[in-house]
Amino acid sequence: MSKVEVRKRVTIVEEIFHEGGPVAAKPLRRAAALAVIRNPFAGKYVEEIAGFMDDLKPLGLEMAKSLVAALGGQAKTIEGYGKGAIVGSAGELEHAALWHVPGGYAMREILGDAKAIVASTKKVGAPGTRLDVPVTHINASYVRSHFDSLEVGINDAPRADELLLALVMTTGPRVHARVGGLRASEIKGEDGLR
Amino acid sequence: MKAKVRKLITFVEETRTEMGQAIDPPTRRAAAAAVIENPFAGRYIEDLTELTEIGEELGALLTERAIAALGIAGPAAESYGKAAAVGENGELEHAAALLHPKLGTPVRKVLGKGAALIPSSKKRGGLGVPLDIPLGHKDAAFVRSHFDGMEIRVSDAPRANEILVAIAVTDSGRPLPRVGGLRKDQIKGEDGLR
Repeated sequence: MSKVEVRKRVTIVEEIFHEGGPVAAKPLRRAAALAVIRNPFAGKYVEEIAGFMDDLKPLGLEMAKSLVAALGGQAKTIEGYGKGAIVGSAGELEHAALWHVPGGYAMREILGDAKAIVASTKKVGAPGTRLDVPVTHINASYVRSHFDSLEVGINDAPRADELLLALVMTTGPRVHARVGGLRASEIKGEDGLR
Repeated sequence: MKAKVRKLITFVEETRTEMGQAIDPPTRRAAAAAVIENPFAGRYIEDLTELTEIGEELGALLTERAIAALGIAGPAAESYGKAAAVGENGELEHAAALLHPKLGTPVRKVLGKGAALIPSSKKRGGLGVPLDIPLGHKDAAFVRSHFDGMEIRVSDAPRANEILVAIAVTDSGRPLPRVGGLRKDQIKGEDGLR
């Protein structure tokens, strides 16, 4: 078995037509790819953990590709992204941080030259713990219409010696976005912020 | 479409290992859910025909989405189940109207067969309430390896005047079935039971 032992993969896709206002001409779609893996560092303090980031890269790519597929197969339709992790109770928060590089760069690679930092969150929790994965525009973090989040979780994960890893992508702004701020049409796309 | 759909959600779970045992091929199950307006919220209405008709159209739509999410043809499905959660301004009987009179026929049409009762559950609850969808073999309810359940939830549904309705479909039973009983290779498929 490879260094990354996947117990379970979960995909969630939401298609949002309205939220009490006008029905969207093109529904907003949001998807999450989740993986439950064994935490190789559970139950003890391990100083050197950074090498595991390389081991996670293939899984990150698999999850990023599966998200694009779940949202229709066209990378150019993806406008928002985010990532997160839940560490089982025998692990430490730092183990969730191992997901930043393989998770974030996998999405940027699949989406071409996505410029914005990938918004993220993390926690230690029990099976069934919910995680609100933050979402921002892939090229400019300040695009206000694309500030969003997707709640994810799996009732039987993470067990104590597991990590639950999450990637999220969306196809557009909140369904009734109307609070101003930088618009997607105004992105300069130089610094990943505006 | 009669139903006023706010949102459609699909969930796919794939289990690759369990207690250190490789599951090959992985067990897979999907649930497709709709968040709809409850036309009878907030008052007592004797005749629930409108919801039974909505149940009929959602039976087809959600089953098609579930098998599409699994990437299988209808006849390849092995087990199924259905469930609904009524928002706080509705009554449990509204879930019954959606699920029981007419939803099953289009489910069976999409899946090609389905001699067995479609196991079901229902409840009233608030936003994010978990729904445990019971699962049973579609052609023979006594197939013990396929007694199962799938938990889903949608963080922003059902609102008070909404109903969350879901259909789950699998291409397999539990990951490591070993408690005996009728096996799927012993199905006669005549009475829906054995």
